[in-house]
Amino acid sequence: MDIKVNVRESEGDAYVVDLTGEIDVYTSPKVKDAITELIDQEHYNLVINLEKVRYIDSTGLGVLIGGLKRVREHGGSVNLVCTNPQIKKIFDITGLVKIFGIFDDEQSAMKALV
Amino acid sequence: MNPATRPIDVSSHGTVELKIPGRAEWVAVARLAVAAVASRLRFSVDEIEDIKLAIAEACTNAIQGSGGTDAGTIEIVCDAFENELRVTVRDRSTGLHLEAVDPGSLGDGRTEALGVFLIRALMDSVDYSTDSRRGTELVMTKRVSA
Repeated sequence: MDIKVNVRESEGDAYVVDLTGEIDVYTSPKVKDAITELIDQEHYNLVINLEKVRYIDSTGLGVLIGGLKRVREHGGSVNLVCTNPQIKKIFDITGLVKIFGIFDDEQSAMKALV
Repeated sequence: MNPATRPIDVSSHGTVELKIPGRAEWVAVARLAVAAVASRLRFSVDEIEDIKLAIAEACTNAIQGSGGTDAGTIEIVCDAFENELRVTVRDRSTGLHLEAVDPGSLGDGRTEALGVFLIRALMDSVDYSTDSRRGTELVMTKRVSA
């Protein structure tokens, strides 16, 4: 069980974080480190691509919420790309669909940042 | 129905016990083992995913309840019945974050009790007891949907 994290620059000052694998109590620190590093470098508009994430638990959700909270303090935003029905269900039952912008593709998530 | 995909009859009560080290890297083992037990019943794929997440959240709660480092040993007991799975998770922690969070507060960064909220949302019944000497016991039941 592992998570692969790939960070790439996109349009404007936005960055995309591609995640592949499973986000749980063991792997979520790696995701947190990547997001924290971007925010520390003053990148406050992020798209986190969860298309290749097979599983996420509360620690993973906590990392995303923590990232969102920090970027909002600087007027930024975090949008998610998510098509996995099971993961969408978790965002739904926790009410996080009201907090995050969740999109079916990266282009839509990017467009909604600005 | 294809014989290869037909659920195996669970005509009698079966119990599976598992002990894992109370460290983050072992949580995946617990959730996969319990998913294997759940697959013996007539749960849908979505229901098995719910069970996996609930068990992982219980183990994560134990680890976080011990300060996030080492929770000693976590005991997981799966009681498989014909139409329901009961999973008991025991650990030595003293029940940190066992009260469910209000999802409306998540935007404020209150994520510490999110795991218990998920357990309650995904399982049909959840009971727990906590004791400073014996630790915490969380009992979760999921029934096969009709």
